[in-house]
Amino acid sequence: MIDNDQVKQIANLAKLNISDDLDKTTQELNNILALAAQLSAINTDDIVPMSHPLNMVQRLREDEITETDNSASFQAIAPQTAKHHYLVPTVIE
Amino acid sequence: MHNKTIAQLSQGLKNRDFSSVELTQHYLQRINSSNLNAFISVTADLAIEQARAADDKIAQGKANILTGIPYAHKDIFCTNGVKTSAGSKMLDNFIAPYDASVSHNLNQADLVMLGKANMDEFAMGSSTETSYYGATLNPWDGKKTPGGSSGGSAAAVAGRLAPCATGTDTGGSIRQPASLCGITGLKPTYGRVSRYGMIAYASSLDQAGPITQTAQDAALLLNVMAGFDEKDSTSSQQKTQDYSANLNNSIKGLTIGLPKEFFADGLDDDVATKVLAAVKEFEALGATVKQISLPNSAYAIPAYYIVAPCECSSNLSRMDGVRFGHRCDNPKDLDDLYLSSRTEGFGEEVKRRIMIGTYALSAGYYDAYYLKAQKIRHLISDDFKAAFADVDVIMGPVSPTIAWDLGSIKNPVDMYLADIYTLSANLAGLPAMSIPAGFSQNLPVGLQLIGNYWSEAKLLNIAHQFQQATDHHQQTPQ
Repeated sequence: MIDNDQVKQIANLAKLNISDDLDKTTQELNNILALAAQLSAINTDDIVPMSHPLNMVQRLREDEITETDNSASFQAIAPQTAKHHYLVPTVIE
Repeated sequence: MHNKTIAQLSQGLKNRDFSSVELTQHYLQRINSSNLNAFISVTADLAIEQARAADDKIAQGKANILTGIPYAHKDIFCTNGVKTSAGSKMLDNFIAPYDASVSHNLNQADLVMLGKANMDEFAMGSSTETSYYGATLNPWDGKKTPGGSSGGSAAAVAGRLAPCATGTDTGGSIRQPASLCGITGLKPTYGRVSRYGMIAYASSLDQAGPITQTAQDAALLLNVMAGFDEKDSTSSQQKTQDYSANLNNSIKGLTIGLPKEFFADGLDDDVATKVLAAVKEFEALGATVKQISLPNSAYAIPAYYIVAPCECSSNLSRMDGVRFGHRCDNPKDLDDLYLSSRTEGFGEEVKRRIMIGTYALSAGYYDAYYLKAQKIRHLISDDFKAAFADVDVIMGPVSPTIAWDLGSIKNPVDMYLADIYTLSANLAGLPAMSIPAGFSQNLPVGLQLIGNYWSEAKLLNIAHQFQQATDHHQQTPQ
């Protein structure tokens, strides 16, 4: 079970504002965690975690430049840019 | 014309019975007069342009079997110069600056994109109700859900607004809507179809596949969708096959496994009856049936609803209002920019899954949740390995019920439980299909086929043989 304070902290980590629905969110998250709690019913002491369905190893390639410069088209869809940079509110005065 | 399969339309184009432009206009008119809300964007001008180019190729004798065939493209695939929203307000203004590999492959094969199909927001949902653009309606009954998350794609094919569509399946999102809409859907083996440019939900589970009227059509579409892609680091180098080549093979001697866990409490009686009747049909075609057990399949729901939210919380962190997508007005500072953009841009279900994932991955909880779920994933995969030592294919229901009333499932956990039979194949990475198996209360029932790794051609062969002997897949909504 998690409480409202923990939910506020999770929301902060996830960069979401849920203050309007805090009680409801806490309740819903607890319902999902109750479902997840079924996992503890199985003993998995000697089981290797499965991170890839086919146990593939990461494919490597030569360290070569494969991307062309798409900055103009990528920045064309950005909310705010200037001189090839993405603009955000001032962080340091 | 709109009841024809891809195979039949292709023949019609070849014979010059109609042109691709005529075919495309016919579907665009049907989309225009439809109230299913199956599409987020209709790309009529682009479609006509692509159809003209296809007609030129046909005239020059340079056509392939898919040249000039229209399709609905799930709005999760990036399409260069075309809005790609993933069903979210967050990406309502996102014009993709490049093509997903699947989009590229379909373009190369001269298909004609009619538009971008509706879907649950970021593919998180089982009913298409979490879409920012409103729910899609089931063509069989407008009060019912078409399923999800590829509900727009499935409704488009079932409602004959497109002869075929693309979908993605992270926990059942191709098979379940195919089942609830009475059409054919295939989720290939993980890594078979490139994920490049497919907006990520849960990267270790996501897999794209075809949604069609028939298995024969699914094979045609998979032939151009599948293949190694160096742009996707999880793409497999396993050789592809001609998925159409074995469709007509006999299935005499096929051994079908029926997992007892798929027919336990929670399965609607009439759905069970229809699924078992379909299995009987396979026996008549020369297959034998064996009872099997997948003892850990009940844990697929809790394992999935940890693994998927964890991966989505990481994948969706890129939606921050800085480089693309929604940005809030007048942010006070950088933190407010992130917080307000994300709070305004994401819907309720997406926020819930991000929160669960963030919690499960946070310091002190990783072992208890994500690691534990990954271990259970291994157990589920081992269950299948043991089963496939004895049987060629596993069959069962896709969804525990037929399509339900839109708006009737209010508790998120109740919606998650509807995914019980589809999640295991994603967790294990196995290929699986849904094919029409009959009707209950005038709504379609799907039969699920789960195969061993890389057995797509075999699954399509099995499905095709069933469709040669039955007519469930030829039924159309009024």
